[in-house]
Amino acid sequence: MAALLDVRDLSIAFPRATPVHGLSLTVAAGETVALVGESGSGKSLTALALMRLLPDTARIASGEVLFRGRGGGVSDLARLDDAALRQVRGRDIAMVFQEPMTSLNPVLSVGRQIAEVVRFHEGLSWRAARARAVELLDLVRIPEPRRRVEDYPHELSGGMRQRVMIAIAVACAPRLLIADEPTTALDVTIQAQVLDLLDALRRDFSMGLLLITHDLGVVAEWADRVAVMYAGRKVEEAPFETLFGTPLHPYTRGLLAASPRLDAGQHYSVGALAEIRGSIASAAGERGCAFAPRCAVARTLCRDALPELDAVAPGHLVACPVTTAAIPQEEAHHATPVG
Amino acid sequence: MHGSETFAARGARAAEAEDRAAAAALGAGRRPETESEPWPNVHAPDAARAATSEVQKLAPAGRRRALGVFLSNPTAVAGLLILAVVAGAALAAPILFPDDPLEMAGRPLQWPGQDPRFPLGTDALGRNVLAGLAHGARISLLVGAFATLAGLVAGILIGATAGYFGGLVDDALSKLVEIFQTVPGFILLIVLVAIAQPSVPAITLAIGAVSWPQVARLVRAQFRALKEKEFVAAARALGYGHRRIIFREILPNALPPVIVLASVTVATAILMESALSFMGLGDPNVVSWGSMIGTGRDLLRTAWYLSAAPGVAIVLTVLSLNLIGDGLNEALNPRLSGEP
Amino acid sequence: MPLLSVENLHAGYETGGRRLRAVDGVSFAVEPGETVGLVGESGCGKSSLARVLMRLVEPASGRVLFDGLDVGALRGPALKAYRRQAQMVFQDPFASLNPRQSVGEILSGPLAVHGLVPRKERLTAAGDALERVGLPRAALSRYPHEFSGGQRQRLGIARALILAPRLVICDEPVSALDLSIQAQILNLLAGLKAQMSLSYLFISHDLSVVRYFADRVLVMYLGRIVETGSWQAIFASPLHPYTRALIEAVPTPGRRRHAAPLSGDLPSARDVPPGCRFHPRCPIATPICTEADPALRHVGAGQSVACHHAPESALQEGLPI
Repeated sequence: MAALLDVRDLSIAFPRATPVHGLSLTVAAGETVALVGESGSGKSLTALALMRLLPDTARIASGEVLFRGRGGGVSDLARLDDAALRQVRGRDIAMVFQEPMTSLNPVLSVGRQIAEVVRFHEGLSWRAARARAVELLDLVRIPEPRRRVEDYPHELSGGMRQRVMIAIAVACAPRLLIADEPTTALDVTIQAQVLDLLDALRRDFSMGLLLITHDLGVVAEWADRVAVMYAGRKVEEAPFETLFGTPLHPYTRGLLAASPRLDAGQHYSVGALAEIRGSIASAAGERGCAFAPRCAVARTLCRDALPELDAVAPGHLVACPVTTAAIPQEEAHHATPVG
Repeated sequence: MHGSETFAARGARAAEAEDRAAAAALGAGRRPETESEPWPNVHAPDAARAATSEVQKLAPAGRRRALGVFLSNPTAVAGLLILAVVAGAALAAPILFPDDPLEMAGRPLQWPGQDPRFPLGTDALGRNVLAGLAHGARISLLVGAFATLAGLVAGILIGATAGYFGGLVDDALSKLVEIFQTVPGFILLIVLVAIAQPSVPAITLAIGAVSWPQVARLVRAQFRALKEKEFVAAARALGYGHRRIIFREILPNALPPVIVLASVTVATAILMESALSFMGLGDPNVVSWGSMIGTGRDLLRTAWYLSAAPGVAIVLTVLSLNLIGDGLNEALNPRLSGEP
Repeated sequence: MPLLSVENLHAGYETGGRRLRAVDGVSFAVEPGETVGLVGESGCGKSSLARVLMRLVEPASGRVLFDGLDVGALRGPALKAYRRQAQMVFQDPFASLNPRQSVGEILSGPLAVHGLVPRKERLTAAGDALERVGLPRAALSRYPHEFSGGQRQRLGIARALILAPRLVICDEPVSALDLSIQAQILNLLAGLKAQMSLSYLFISHDLSVVRYFADRVLVMYLGRIVETGSWQAIFASPLHPYTRALIEAVPTPGRRRHAAPLSGDLPSARDVPPGCRFHPRCPIATPICTEADPALRHVGAGQSVACHHAPESALQEGLPI
């Protein structure tokens, strides 16, 4: 299956820093790919770069963002001019952000905001666009859509606003939906509803879904394939079963060990959580592997040369020479327990 | 008078912009660490386990950064230079021109350049214009600085009290501010000066009495926003008293926009003093730029330089203060100062 | 005697002329040396409760007893003395530290205000506090913006502990932090608890964190506590349908794309539904739920639940989730 989105060797640069280095990533139609990382990993910048919405001081330093449009033609979003880009944004690729309050215009009714997108991309009349807005609110499971269409953003709850954002995003049946921490600001019971909705839409439209998140639970439950980012680089990529079953990169392993889980026997009275020592800041100025200063299994070679992404199995890429050399027997957690 | 109003409006605008920035900063504060700023913690290597030496290489503190931003701004530096020249003239006036600038120094109404002893000429009474300018600078800067100081002290005390305590105290003090703001400032100033004797201290206090409401409004808005922040809740939870919370916790955070406003207030005060003197309501015993323009007005057709020289001095001084204000705004307001 | 005991506490505030009942009849106790986890979604009143306990907000009615003392009646020096005993760690490590004060000033302030340590020794004491939370003494002269989120949270903890309190209220102390930092802070809090024999009221919206960190759990919904019990009981045999839904909603590895356990939105505390406040979202609601407000009743083994349909002897039956 030819990929819908094929990011090749993408680097994003600020005048004094390069927060994303040589990132490659593919998303196929109907597939959910999760991009996982903590703050400072560059995952949100990557999302903005795909939409060419980077802040003024940042630019795409190198790489290609190949996107297969409706007609089957492939264009490089990194080099598209503004006019062509406007046709792609919101129509072929749509985006949902973390904070639905700031992404909606507070002085326009939600129906009006949905209708405007439909009018811009599909040239419908106001009347038809409004009818479509009601349909879309219904599609994102907002009760009483005919009444809600007149509401202003502040009259809606956080979960409802995020549904409205999703309605705007899928208004033109996009081929790819980028969701940047779509449920981080929501409560856990609402989060489950929104993820359920996003997944249903992905199936119905056979959309590609690029899910950007820091929540491993969300990834485990909803993603088909996972790419883990650390300090601007992809350190591991695998199908979800592999990533959660046999993670190889010490960072991935550390993250999994550090998260308290509902279904495990951990309790503070029994033992400490496994920690990843230090913070991502120690990656600054590192010549070799950015994770080396925090890594429990780092060797001299890790600090000297940047580890290559190696395919240890079909679809399983790892950038760690130490753990890949030891596969597949040893699966113990390498993060240091403290205490 | 037009000038004065424009500058007052500018101050209000600066204050408003600061309010918005403060509000935005508060909003931003609530968000968890996200990536909107790339590498938000790149300046802080892991102090938890890092060697001491590593901690010492941390980024310079905010004040030094602000100074750097200010000094790399060419218009702000230009403003600072102009102000330095004016202040230098004021300081050097008694040495360069030891005689009373109100005394006759030579033949009246000599044009600039006619007599090398009077580079800017003499007025109708034979007084040295350049000496007048230098001595006038003393009055302008003195009145500007102390009137602003008085306005700041009163405005900060009242604004902080109103914003911090809220409720009835706030209602009462806000009404007081509104009363002062509904009376046109300059009219009030004339009344105050007319009641008191037109001496330099009286004029200074009167200008201070006209300019505090603006400061109070800004400080009140700042305090209202800042007192909701968690660090203030933490201070209360630690058992800190009101005075300590107001002056040690909140005030230092509320000051940057007040400093910006202060530079504009100095300019406004200088204009007010000049306007008073121009109208003959100034202190008759000292030479002031405003009174020089006033006396030169009758000879505007024949000896325009008599009004032009002090006029240019006022324009340059006020301009320099506004340039400094803009520079300070950019340096102290993190949202405007480019890279995070 | 419990260290902290809360009896039928009510608190709220006015918005738009209407009274919002953020805390609506809450009773519980914290025993010495215990960690009580308080879990609930946004708007359930858990942060308001924390602020009432700290006397940052005045309660409308009900009592808070600390070591037998009525906290609501404390004034002046007595209130200040209470503040030495009960401290708070805040959620936002960026907003909870004064950006214009150095770490030394932040940490020696409480010592000065309470007159605990002579002036000359305050910085030494502040340095000790830093080392206790895993930061180097050199950090004393630094400003908060020079630290990362996790380090700032360590500073917040150092500040709360410098007065050697007995109770620490942690209001979402790790929810603003990255996963890898979360574990560090939880381990630190656990270690300090043992070292300084602290009691915690640990407030969080994250069930996995509460499950790991609490001895006893309170589940709060719209200003009320709907279920309490030991962490084992709450997570192994939750009885309230809301507790079950909360646990069910947490995405967990090993499960794929399950349907959301609850439909509907969290109602606003401005119009609390009549009867059981959970009934509009409840999957097992019956007519009685719309009429009668269920009280919290004891169902055995230290577990209590406010639900008409929770079985009396649920634990004995070993009810599966």
